[in-house]
Amino acid sequence: MIEDIEELQKKAQADLSLVETQEEVLAIRTKYLGRKGLLTGLLRDIRSVAPEERPLFGRLGNAIKEALSKKIENILREIGKRNREDALRHEKIDVTLPGRGVRHGRIHPVTQVCEEICAIFTGFGFSVVEGPEIELDYYNFEALNIPKDHPARDMQDTFYVEESIVLRTHTSPVQIRVMEKQRPPVRILSPGRVYRPDSDISHTPMFHQIEGLLVDRGITFGDLKGILTSFLKQVFGEDTTLRFRPSFFPFTEPSAEVDIRCVMCHGNGCQVCSQSGWLEILGSGMVDPEVFKNVGYDPEEVSGFAFGLGLERIAMLKYGIADIRMFFENDWRFLEQF
Amino acid sequence: MLLSTRWIRDHVDIGLTPVELAGRLTMAGLEVDAIHETGPSFTGTVVAKILSIKPHPEADRLSLCEVTTGKDTYPVVCGAGNIRPGDVVPLAKEGATIPGGITIKRSVIRGEVSEGMLCSEKDLGLGEDTTGVMILPADLTLGCDLTEALDLKDMIFDIGITPNRADCLSIIGVAREIAAITGEKLRYPASTFSENGEEIHRITGVEILDPDLCPRYSARVIRNIMVKPSPLWMRLRLEAVGIRPINNIVDVTNFVMMELGQPLHAFDYNLLEGGRIVVRRSHPGEIFTSLDGKERNLPADTVLICDSAKPVAIGGIMGGLNSEVRENTEAVLLESAYFNPSSIRRSAKTLGMITESSFRFERGVDPMGVIGALNRAAGLIADLSGGQICKGYIDQYPQRIKTVVIPLRPKRVNEVLGTAIDRHEIGKILKSLEMTVNKTDGGEGVYQVTPPTFRVDITREIDLIEEIARLYGYDRIPVKLPHVSVMPVMKDRKKILEDRIRGVLVGYGYSEVISYSFISPDAVDLLALEKDDKRRQLVKIKNPLTEDQSVMRTTIVYSLLNTYEKNTRNGCLDLKIFEIGKVFFHQKEGELPLEETHLGCLLAGLRYDDLWPFKNGQADFYDLKGCVENLFDHLKIAAEVKFKSDNRQAFLHPGRSCSIYIGGQFVGFLGEVHPDVLVRLDLKNRAIVFELHLDVLAANFSDRVLYRDISRFPSSARDVAFLVRETLEAGEMINFARVTGEELLEKVHIFDIYTGEGIPERMKSLGLRFSYRSSNRTLTDVEVNQVHSRIVKRICALTGAKIRGEDQIKSKELGLRIKLEEGRDDKDRHNPECI
Repeated sequence: MIEDIEELQKKAQADLSLVETQEEVLAIRTKYLGRKGLLTGLLRDIRSVAPEERPLFGRLGNAIKEALSKKIENILREIGKRNREDALRHEKIDVTLPGRGVRHGRIHPVTQVCEEICAIFTGFGFSVVEGPEIELDYYNFEALNIPKDHPARDMQDTFYVEESIVLRTHTSPVQIRVMEKQRPPVRILSPGRVYRPDSDISHTPMFHQIEGLLVDRGITFGDLKGILTSFLKQVFGEDTTLRFRPSFFPFTEPSAEVDIRCVMCHGNGCQVCSQSGWLEILGSGMVDPEVFKNVGYDPEEVSGFAFGLGLERIAMLKYGIADIRMFFENDWRFLEQF
Repeated sequence: MLLSTRWIRDHVDIGLTPVELAGRLTMAGLEVDAIHETGPSFTGTVVAKILSIKPHPEADRLSLCEVTTGKDTYPVVCGAGNIRPGDVVPLAKEGATIPGGITIKRSVIRGEVSEGMLCSEKDLGLGEDTTGVMILPADLTLGCDLTEALDLKDMIFDIGITPNRADCLSIIGVAREIAAITGEKLRYPASTFSENGEEIHRITGVEILDPDLCPRYSARVIRNIMVKPSPLWMRLRLEAVGIRPINNIVDVTNFVMMELGQPLHAFDYNLLEGGRIVVRRSHPGEIFTSLDGKERNLPADTVLICDSAKPVAIGGIMGGLNSEVRENTEAVLLESAYFNPSSIRRSAKTLGMITESSFRFERGVDPMGVIGALNRAAGLIADLSGGQICKGYIDQYPQRIKTVVIPLRPKRVNEVLGTAIDRHEIGKILKSLEMTVNKTDGGEGVYQVTPPTFRVDITREIDLIEEIARLYGYDRIPVKLPHVSVMPVMKDRKKILEDRIRGVLVGYGYSEVISYSFISPDAVDLLALEKDDKRRQLVKIKNPLTEDQSVMRTTIVYSLLNTYEKNTRNGCLDLKIFEIGKVFFHQKEGELPLEETHLGCLLAGLRYDDLWPFKNGQADFYDLKGCVENLFDHLKIAAEVKFKSDNRQAFLHPGRSCSIYIGGQFVGFLGEVHPDVLVRLDLKNRAIVFELHLDVLAANFSDRVLYRDISRFPSSARDVAFLVRETLEAGEMINFARVTGEELLEKVHIFDIYTGEGIPERMKSLGLRFSYRSSNRTLTDVEVNQVHSRIVKRICALTGAKIRGEDQIKSKELGLRIKLEEGRDDKDRHNPECI
C-alpha cells in the first residue's frame, strides 16, 4: 500500500510537470485530492492496510497529501503570477502618444500683461477702475488741460463721433471721473481700450493703455520715481536700468518719460531701439495744478503723480513680437503660443 | 525739427562730441531721435590759385591755366570764361570724384595736358550755377581740402520738440538751451546795417483793423534790390535744415526764421496797391490764391494781410501769388509780426495748410523778438541783394502782450520734487535760462521771477519748478517710495466676474480673442437684423480709417464670425474662442452712447482635438450649451436659468437656437448660426455662438455657497421610458417632475432619447431616471414606489405621456424598471427588458 502511495505521488508529480494552465492544475488537484480523487481514495482505504503499517501509512499519506497540496498551491500561484505578468505585457501602450482631451484655452497676451501689471499695483494698494470708451471732449481733453485749438491736440490724433464726442485717445478721462466723484486720497489704475487713427507696423487704430494715478498729501517727484522704478523692475527684472527724462504732457508738470535699457541689445544699440540703446516705456509726471482745479482738488493741499503705458508695447518687448497688428488678427497660431 | 550742428556753432561753443551733445539735449527734454552726418558729394578737391591763363593753341573756347596749390603747380585745360589770374578756385585733382560718377583723370585735350579740373558749383553738386568756374573767397588757404575750407561737413540732429517749447524751434533757441546746460556763452547774431533810403513813413503805412488776431505788426522797406541766388554759405545752412533755397530775398526770410524763430514774409513792394498794409479778418466766403497756386476758400476770422485794395497774404500761413517776390522785383516790404496762436491754428487746420510759419505762430513766437528779426533780415537782404534800407521801421503794437512776474517759493520747489536744492542754486538755474530773479522783502525768501518773453510756456510757479528740475537733472532727484496710509483696494464686481469667466472658459478649452471695436456698417444687414432691432442704432465715426471700420459694434458675434473666417482661410477650421468687450448703442445727438459689456463665444469644427484614438465629431449646439451651463454653474447663479426656444435672433438657425433667461430677465442668446449668414460671410462650416450681457450676469452671480448636509442614507433609482409627442420639450418634462414638490425626489435627469423602431411616428421615447433619497432614513421600496408612482402619474396627466411598454407587460406596481445594458453608446439603442 505504501508503495501505492509513493507510486501515486510520482504519477501526480509527473502530471504536474506537464501543466500549463490553471484549469489543468485544478483538474489535477481534483484528480488526486478531490472528493473522488485518487489520493483521497487511497488514504480512505486505510482499512486494507495491515494494522502495524497503518500509522506509517497514515503519516506518509498525510505528508504526501500536504506536500502535493502545497506544490499545487505553488504552481497555481506561479501560473497566476505568470498570467498577470502576461496580461500586463499585453496591456503595454506607447506612452509617447499624445494624451486625450481638449487642450486648455489661452488668455489673450494683452490681457495677460494687463493682469500682471494690475497685480503689481494692487500690491501697492491701487484699485482698478474702468470708464466709458466713448467720451466727451471735455473728459478726454479739456479737463486734462488740453484746450481746443491747442497744438497739444496734435500729440494724439482722434476719432470723432460728433464735434464734442470722441473715441477716447487715452484712459486718462477715467482719472478725472474718479476724482470728480471722490475726495483725495486717490490710488487708481485704469486699463482699457483706446483709439487713435493710425495704422502701421507699430500702430493700430485701437490699442490698450493702462494709466495710474496717486494723489495724497506730500507726494513728490521722488515718489513718482520710486513707484515706477519698483514697478518696472518687477516687470522686466531686478537688474533693469532705467532713466527719467524731461518731456511734456499737458496734464502733468513736471513731466517725464521713462526709458529702460534696451532688452534686445542691452544698451549697445540695435534696430529695436533705433540704435539709441534705450526703449521708451512710459510717460509720467506730477499732476498739473490745472487738472486738480478742474476736479475741485486744492493743489496746495494735495499733490500726485500719474503715469501711462501701452500694453501692446510691453507685450511686444516681453515676447519679442515685431508687428503690433498680430494682436488683433487673432490667428490661432498666434494665440496658442501664450 | 532738423538741427544743423555746424550752424549752431555760430552761436555757442560746443566742447562735446555729437553723441555726447545729443545725450545732454535728450536728458534736458529735447529728445534727439536721430543723428546723421552730411557732407559733399565730391572728393579729392582742393583750394588752388590761378597763376596764369593762356589761350589754348588748338581750341578757341578753351584756355590753358597754370594753377598752384601752394606746394605744386598743375596745368589745367579749362573752358570757362569768367576766370582771371589771381582767382582762388576749386581744383579737382587727378583721382578726385565728382557727382555723376565722374573720376578726374590726367588727360590730353586737343594736344595739351590737363592734370585736373577747375569746377563750377554744379560740377561739385554745390549749386545750380554752370556759368563758370566757382570763385572762392580770396582768404582761403591754398592746398586745403575744399570740404574743410568751406566747412561742408555737418551733423544733423533730428529733434522732437514738444509743443510747449516754441522757443526751441530755431537755431538760437537750441543754442540757448545748450548754453544753459553746458554753461557756455551764447552769441546772438549781429545785425549792423546802414539805413540810406527814404523815410519809411513817407512811402508806406500799416493799419491793423483786427488787433485780436494780430496784436503786433512791423515792417521795413528795402529798395533797389537785385534778386538772384543766395551765396553758398546761406544755401548750405538752409539745405541742412530741410529748406529749399529759392532766391536771396525769400532765402533770407527763411534763414532768419530758422535762425531766430520769427517767421517773416517779403512782399514785392511795387505790387502792393497804395504801397501800404492793412491787416483784417476775412469775410466769410472770401477766395484767395496762395503762393502755391491753389485757390483757397477762406474760413471766417482768418487773418489777412492786405494792401489798400485786396488781400496779398494769408497772415502767418502763406503769401499770395499776387505779391510774391520774383526775379524782376526791385523793392520789398518786409513783414515781421506776432499773430494770435489759436487763430493761426484754427485757420491752418481748416485750410489744411501747415507751413513752417504757421507751425511756429500757433505755438507762440516771442512778441519782443519781432523787431530784432526784422532788423536782422533787413541787414541780410541789403548785404545779399545790394539794396538800400529805408530809414526807420513801422511798428504797430496795439495789443501789448503782458509780461508775467511769477512768485516762486524755494520751499515749494523742494516739496514738489522731493529734493533739498538750496535757494541760491535755484536762483542760478533760473538765471542761466535768462530769467530775471528778484528777491522780495516780505515772506520767506520768495523770489519774483520774470521769464524771458520767448518762453511762452512759463506762466506759473509750477512751470518754473519744472525748469529747475530739468536743469538740475531728473537723475539727481532721490528715489523714494511714498508714505501713504493703507486704503482698502476696491475690486469692481464686474471685473471679478470677468476674471472668473476667463478662468472657466479657458479651462473648458476656449481661447480669448480681442477684436477691433469698429465694424463695417454692412454688419447689421449681413446679420439680417430686424428694422427696429436695438443693434441697428449704430454709433458712426466721422473720420474712420476705412469704410469697414466706420461704425462701433453693437454685437460681439459679428467680430467672432470674422475672426473665424480669417482663421479658416489659414487652414484652421476648429476653433473655440471667446471675447469680453464693449458694444455701443447710439442714443440721442449730443449724448454719450450706451455702452454694455458683453461676452461672446464661438465654437466650430471638431469637438475634441484632432488626435489619434479619438472618437471625434463635429461640435454641435449641445457642446456650447454645456459650456454655458458649466459657466453658470461656476458662477453660482442662484436664480432660475431658462433656455427658451423663442426665435429672437434672425442670424441664428430658427430650430437650433434659444434665448437665455436668468430669473426671468433676458441675458442673451445661444444657437447655431443661420446657414444663410454662413453663406453671406463665406463660411463653409457650421458655427455655434452665444452672447451674454455681462451686466445682467453681474447682478446674478454670487460667491455664496448654500451648503446642505449630505445624507448618510442610500438613494434609490427608478428609470422610466415615457412615450411622448415629438414636439414636447424635454425641459418641460423635467419641470413637471420637479415641480410636484416631492421632497424625497433628489434628482431627475434624462438618460435617453429614442425614435425609430418600435416608436410610432411623431412620437419619441424619453428615458428619465428618478433618484430618491431621504436625509434621515433609508427608504423602503414601498415608500419609493408610492412617491414614484405619484410623480409618474402626474407627468402622464400633464403631458399626455404614456409609459413605454405599459400595455405589453404585466407588473405588480405602476413603476417599471427598465434594465440598461452596460456599455451603451450613442449609436446603439437598448432594447428594453422588463423585470
